[in-house]
Parts: sequence; structure tokens; C-alpha cells
Amino acid sequence: MSENLIKPENLVYKKTNVLTDKVMHYCPGCGHGTAHRMLAEVIDELGIQEQTIGVAPVGCSVLAYYYFDVDMQEAAHGRATAVATGIKRVFPEKYVFTYQGDGDLAAIGTAETIHACNRGENILIVFINNGIYGMTGGQMAPTTLPGMKSSTSPRGRDVATMGNPLKITEIIATLPGSYYVTRQSVHTPGNARKAKRALKKAMEYQKENKGTCLVEIVSNCPSGWKMTPVESNKWMEENMFPFYPLGDIKVPQ
Amino acid sequence: MKELRLMKGNEALAEAAIRAGTDAYFGYPITPQSEIIEYLMHENPYERTGMVVLQAESEVAAINMVYGAAACGKRTMTSSSSPGISLKQEGLSYIAGAELPCIVVNIVRGGPGLGTIQPSQSDYFQAVKGGGHGDYKLIVLAPATVQETVDFVKLGYELAFKYRNTVMILSDGIIGQMMEKVELFEQMPRENKDYEWATVGKKPGKDSVIVTSLYLKSEDQEKLNFRLQAKYREIEKAEVRFETIMTEDAEYLFTAFGSCARITRKAMEMARAKGIKVGLVRPISLYPFPVKIFEELAPKVKGILTVEMNAGQMVEDVRLAVNGKTKVEHYGRFGGIIPSPEEILNALEQKIIGG
Repeated sequence: MSENLIKPENLVYKKTNVLTDKVMHYCPGCGHGTAHRMLAEVIDELGIQEQTIGVAPVGCSVLAYYYFDVDMQEAAHGRATAVATGIKRVFPEKYVFTYQGDGDLAAIGTAETIHACNRGENILIVFINNGIYGMTGGQMAPTTLPGMKSSTSPRGRDVATMGNPLKITEIIATLPGSYYVTRQSVHTPGNARKAKRALKKAMEYQKENKGTCLVEIVSNCPSGWKMTPVESNKWMEENMFPFYPLGDIKVPQ
Repeated sequence: MKELRLMKGNEALAEAAIRAGTDAYFGYPITPQSEIIEYLMHENPYERTGMVVLQAESEVAAINMVYGAAACGKRTMTSSSSPGISLKQEGLSYIAGAELPCIVVNIVRGGPGLGTIQPSQSDYFQAVKGGGHGDYKLIVLAPATVQETVDFVKLGYELAFKYRNTVMILSDGIIGQMMEKVELFEQMPRENKDYEWATVGKKPGKDSVIVTSLYLKSEDQEKLNFRLQAKYREIEKAEVRFETIMTEDAEYLFTAFGSCARITRKAMEMARAKGIKVGLVRPISLYPFPVKIFEELAPKVKGILTVEMNAGQMVEDVRLAVNGKTKVEHYGRFGGIIPSPEEILNALEQKIIGG
């Protein structure tokens, strides 16, 4: 409708065709929608929609296949990079990505994540880190900060009994199979643009069979953190970023 | 062209996998089936046919790699032994829910737990009744020879793709480890077909393909289950396989599957030499179970002895099929012990004839 009202010469920005028109189920203010859009725009701009196969996780983005207009598979919890390995090994010429949260990638799927990266599977891993299990109602995640409250750490994460948050992205960067590892955010227009550039680089490296690329996006969870979207972004800047600093962790030499 | 070779069961299976045009094999070492991945790595099938072979970090990863490749419409296989097959149950449930074709080989060893590396048939329940969560079925083929092991790889892909279902080859450490003469089928081409249900990249003007087992609306989840159950009824009608030996004049019946059926056959011959008229029913497809042959034979015999290398698993399906029409008893050894023909004959005399 709106497109009929706007003259083509005046159109400066529109929704990419790599996203469907399905209304997203994500909570208001959540970073998933922006992260989806950045990745979809990259696929669009590179003209690889018909050569891309995605893998959705178990978690808040379990229904990502309704939103990305590319062929997709739904993986069991934590197994996305193993599924992606199966796809990429039979279709080495296609572009394969996984889209996973912290619980999926850094708790139940730690072995699959590390070994896929260590083999240097030519895939893109998009890792959304919001420090909490969002979909199941805000339980403690492997990336929950020390002292941070969740429904399973109601008095705050006590590292003495509950363990420490896992900086899995830093671990992956040490593996010879990983090629490009970076940590970004999408909570401001500037950060979203930077994250998009990182995703684009990663997809371009995949074409050159350089190894595993991982783009972590530190994101907010207004519902799980029990904050307004604005509060949650501020809290993320003040608490998440000092622990999970933004920027490239491993760049091609 | 006929090619005869003397081969170990596991190696013959691996060779059959290459010849059947397998696109990808994902596995993890475990005794007594490690020769499968060893043979594949040694043969370097990527050079022969373009087949991918990858040693995964775990059985869990391997079955999920199978999921990914099978959902691309490729001929995909994994193999393991009992403890490893337990780890694959989650993946098998997802594969059933997403209706993907693949072959999973179980070279069964004794359990429970870490168990023993000696042969057993104690994974019958896990194979035919489910094992993973949800209402689903695997097509289960039980080879009794190295030859059948080879033939079931070819048949396995036919059935897997016909029904978009997992085919499990339920073998054991005896058949996997022993050497026998085997006739190998000729190299088949890898298919390279685009199936409309497979993720091969979105086609212009068409909806994207989604492979999932998630249906949040109960009505949709029930619809999937209705579809699966209809498929299983179809499989039960069309894919029953069994063998009968000397059942025409039989007063008693043995029934056994896989390697145990070969030992039981020897016991049958010994019984016949003593004048005992006993026959043998060997179920080949354990799911679908050969119900009708038992319905047909049960009223004609005085009793059936089910012989298994487990504590009594298939005997439950035999009893369901016989439905009280004759006596059904079980004789089993387990934990890796292989019964002798003499003790099987003795069990027939004690439990069925004298009992």
C-alpha cells in the first residue's frame, strides 16, 4: 500500500524481500527483529537468496524460518551447527548460516559449536547473546552475568554455586578453524549498520571457503530482564558491554 | 556383473553404502562397528563417487548432520552400536517429525549401560517401539547374513525415500564381525535429485522450503500425527518381510531374528533329526512385524518358542500376533552370551513340548 503512495524516485529505504510479511512474534523492543533484518538485507544485497540455506535454533528465534524468505531447517536444541555441517558438506557451493541464542549455542550445544568451528566448517554462525533463556521465561543462561537475576537465580547469579558466565566467542576465536569472529550489537542505528557490515563480510568470506565465521550480537531481553525496552538498552550498555566488549575478536591476517 | 568377495559384515556394509550411491555418511567410533567408518575412510569414497564421509564429535552430532544432509534430499547414513544409538534417539525423533529419509545402522552389543562389546539383540524394543519421544516408527530390517546386510542397504534407501522415513538396519556384533561370502551389487550413481520437500535453495516464484517438526497449534500437530500414522499403516500393508522354514508340517515353531535365527535353524535341524516336527519363522522386517504369518500358523501348532539374545522382547510382538491361540514361550541368553543349538533344542523340549 505505502509503496503505491511513494514515487520510486523518492523511495530511499524499504523492507528487503528476504524477509517475509509475517508479523514477528518477538517482544516489543527486542533486538531479534533488527538482527533478522540486517542478515536478510545482507542476503538480499549479495543476491544469494536462492543459494542460501538457514538453520533455526530452539529458543526465541525458533520460528525464524517464518521470517527469513530462504529455505530453512529447524534444528534440535543446540544442534544447529551439526545440522549446518550436514547441509554444507553436501552443498559446499551454497551459503549456510545458523541463527542461535546463548542457551542453544553456549550451553546445550557447546560441543557442536566448538567442533564445527574447530573443523572450520564454511558456515556463518549468528549468535544472539542476551544473557538469558528468553522463550522459556527468563531462566539463567550460560552468559548470565555474575549477580544478574533470573527466574532460576532469583537472588542473582552466585558464581560460587552456579558457575561463571561463558565467553564462548573468545574461546572460538582461539580455534584454528575460525576465520572471522566479532561481537556487535543492533540497539542503535550506528551499531546496527556496523553489525550489518560484519554479517556481510562473514558471508563474503564463506564464498571464499575461509572457515567458520561467527558474529555475536549482544542483545537485550526486555521481557526476561523485566525492563522497558529503553531501560534494557541502557542496562545492556552499562552491564553487558563491559563484560562482553563490542568489536572484532579475530580478524583475517 | 556378479562380484563375489569374502568380507567382514561391517566392511561389506560400508562397501554397499558406497555402491548404493550414498551422498554422505556421518559416524563416530564405537565397538563393534568401527570398521564401517574405518573402511569408508580407507576407501576414500569421495574419489570414487563424491560421497562425503565425516567423523563427527559425537553420535549426537552425527545424527544431526544426517538430519541436515537428509533434509537436502541426499542419501544419508550413520551407524553405531547400542550406547551410541541411545544418543541418537533425540535425532531420530526429530527426523521422524520432519519426515526425512535416512539409514541408521545398529550393530547391537549387550547392555544396559556401557554393557559389553559382545553381540546382543537387546535393542529390539528401542528399535521397533520408538526409543525417542513421540509416536513414530522406524522401518527395521534385521539381516541374518553378511549378504542380507549388503542387500538391505540398497533396499533401505528405496524404502527410506518411498516413505520419507528412517530405515534402521538392526544387526549385531556377530554379523558385523564375521566374514562370509558376499555378492556385491554394481556401483549405483549418486542421484542428485531436487525433491520438492528438500532445502536446496529457494526457487524463484515459489515458497521457501521449511523442514521442521514444530507445530505449535495442537490441531496442526495432530494433523502431522494423522499423516504419520496413515504412512505407518501403509508400511504395515506393503513392507512386511519374513522367511519360513519347514513350517508346512510343523507341530511346533521356533521364531527368531537376525543371527539368532541361524543358530535356531541349527537347533531346528537337530530336532527334526530326532523326529520333532518343528519349523522356523524368521521375521526380517521387525517393524512392520509379520503379524499375519503368526495368525495363520498359530492355530496349527502346539506351541511357539521365541529365541532371542535378550530377556524377552520380540516375544511380546509374537504373543500379540498369536493372541492366545497357542502357547508362546521365550528362551534367551543375554549380556553378550550366544546360545548354543543344543540349549535351544533343550528349551523347546522343556518349555514347549514337555511344558
